[in-house]
Amino acid sequence: MITLIDGLSLGSIYALIALGYTMVYGIAKLLNFAHGDVIMVGAYAIMVTLSYSLSPWVAVVVAAILCTVLGMLIEKIAYKPLRGASPLAVLITAIGVSYFLQGAAQIIFGSQSIPVGVAWKLPAVSAINKLGVSTAAAVTLISGVIIMSILTLFIKYTKTGRAMRAVSEDRGAAMLMGVNVNGIITITFAIGSLLAAFAGMFYLLQIPNTQPTLGAMPGITAFTAAVIGGIGSIPGAMVGGILLGVVEKFCLSSPLAPYTVAIKFSLLIIILLVKPTGLLGKVSREKV
Amino acid sequence: MKSIRISKIKFKDFINYALVLALMAYGLILFASGSLRPSTAMLLTQMGYCIILAVSLNLVVGFLGELSLGHAGFMCIGAYIGGLFAVVLKTAMPDMKFAVLVISMIVGGAVASVFGFVIGLPSLRLKGDYLAIVTLAFGEIVRNVFMNQETFGGARGLTTISLIYDTRRAPTLFVVVLAFALVMLFVIQNLIKSKHGRAITAIRDNEIAAKAMGINVTFYKLFVFIVASFFAGCAGVIYAHTTTPVLYSFFSYNYSIEILVMVVLGGMGSITGSIVSAVFITYINFLLQSQLSGDLAAMRNLVYAIILIVVVIFSNAPALRDFRERYSPAALFSRFKKRDASTQTDDEAKWARVPTKIKMDAILSTDLNPGSNKSIHGDLGGHDGGKGGNK
Repeated sequence: MITLIDGLSLGSIYALIALGYTMVYGIAKLLNFAHGDVIMVGAYAIMVTLSYSLSPWVAVVVAAILCTVLGMLIEKIAYKPLRGASPLAVLITAIGVSYFLQGAAQIIFGSQSIPVGVAWKLPAVSAINKLGVSTAAAVTLISGVIIMSILTLFIKYTKTGRAMRAVSEDRGAAMLMGVNVNGIITITFAIGSLLAAFAGMFYLLQIPNTQPTLGAMPGITAFTAAVIGGIGSIPGAMVGGILLGVVEKFCLSSPLAPYTVAIKFSLLIIILLVKPTGLLGKVSREKV
Repeated sequence: MKSIRISKIKFKDFINYALVLALMAYGLILFASGSLRPSTAMLLTQMGYCIILAVSLNLVVGFLGELSLGHAGFMCIGAYIGGLFAVVLKTAMPDMKFAVLVISMIVGGAVASVFGFVIGLPSLRLKGDYLAIVTLAFGEIVRNVFMNQETFGGARGLTTISLIYDTRRAPTLFVVVLAFALVMLFVIQNLIKSKHGRAITAIRDNEIAAKAMGINVTFYKLFVFIVASFFAGCAGVIYAHTTTPVLYSFFSYNYSIEILVMVVLGGMGSITGSIVSAVFITYINFLLQSQLSGDLAAMRNLVYAIILIVVVIFSNAPALRDFRERYSPAALFSRFKKRDASTQTDDEAKWARVPTKIKMDAILSTDLNPGSNKSIHGDLGGHDGGKGGNK
């Protein structure tokens, strides 16, 4: 039971990251490899802000703003010039951006892990802790669910959300209908990166250390989650993220613990072999 | 590949062999004059296996058009399996270093190619981005599994100290490695020139059209994955002969990216490019290794990242297409060529692409008065010739 709740809370972090991947893929049709490293930037932003002994709330706001701006910047510099080029080219630049962010963080902060200040600690809540669940896990799970519901409502009912769905369905037709496609893509990147900032925050709640490669593993895992759920599908990303989180936690508490990474990724390969578009992905027929 | 004619080596292929031979000659000359340092011999060996890795990855990325992010995973399999095999073989026949190297390379390569087949299978159902993820996942799985196998040294890595060559006494290893790179070039270049190579590039250009032309896409995709992983596995075995212990952490996703940088920097689909950039990047790494230490080593990654982004944007951005055509090496080179009246100039080539012009030509060349005198035909023919015969 405790493992399940831990898994769900880890899963909601993965789901948040996976949402960033899947939204960007659905709308801009590119795999934003740098997404995992945006999480890392968010975590570092929190760490640095806290080291100036500011309140954790300020740190979260700083991280959110920084990541959002960074996401939009990445889109402008690295992806926008390649709109209309082959997907392979875009994928390679995305990898380049990810590499760049990791390298930059390593040069600025060093490769060893830096602990986050004491201010970054949730108070013990006896009612939850009595059940054997840490406050961090509970907070992550609850806020994860809240953020995901807000996002779903946003996509479903606002004008921007409708435009986003339109662009992901048919970019050309959306443009003809007067949707500002470039603007929508930028907004998507901004939202995705904002989610990454939150994911970075929750990550730090569970593991209070920052490292330049911090984003890589959650990033790749969440990416796997997005693909498992069917990339481009928002509920798919949530399902995939939570599935992987639960699987990971159960693996870690079983004798198979050393093989957790292998199991997670084998799951991806198996699911893709059985259902190449992921669990909730749409089947699209290719035309010449 | 029945019809390989070695006598017909073209300049393009020749230069690739020449590059590798030049490296080999450089090492041998240094050795003969007694000034070959172990570090230089090591560098030449590294260049050798990097060439093998880059060219084999180029076969997948540049010629087949599928992105593989798990090339280091195949190398890892080769290094661990081939390395362990070589260590065992070495104790059985301690005096036959060369035989041990060659046999273990074949074994390591073969095992890696089996996995190439396995990972090639999803490539039949998945495309582009999805496949890239599967290969990435594959690389991580391989690392994770080897990390936990006590047979292969577990977290301490596989000790291959008995395999390390003493470069002071004989320059064997880099000669063998570069010779193997030559063999690989021979195989891959002839493969690309053959009808199989044309089928592979056809799949890259348009898979559906290729299928419609009767090309067995399944077969060729698997085939390319098997060939590429075989050579990556061989490179891994060579790595096991140069480094001890063979550690799983070396074959991370980052190393796959490093190989990809070599391919992209050299130009996807250009073997010469892959060779040059593999040599160049290995050399730069070698230089930086002694210069940068600790966290500054990340500077290297930063440089790679910038190279990747700039090269890809420059060579792919739709907005830069005109610029590229004007300043491409081919265009610059053509300025020094003697003008031949029968070849098109750049301006005319551009003009020819305008569809209305082609229509105009068609209209102009239709005979308005069938059966009338020949002089009109003559005039029109001359006119066409003057424009450069752009039909």
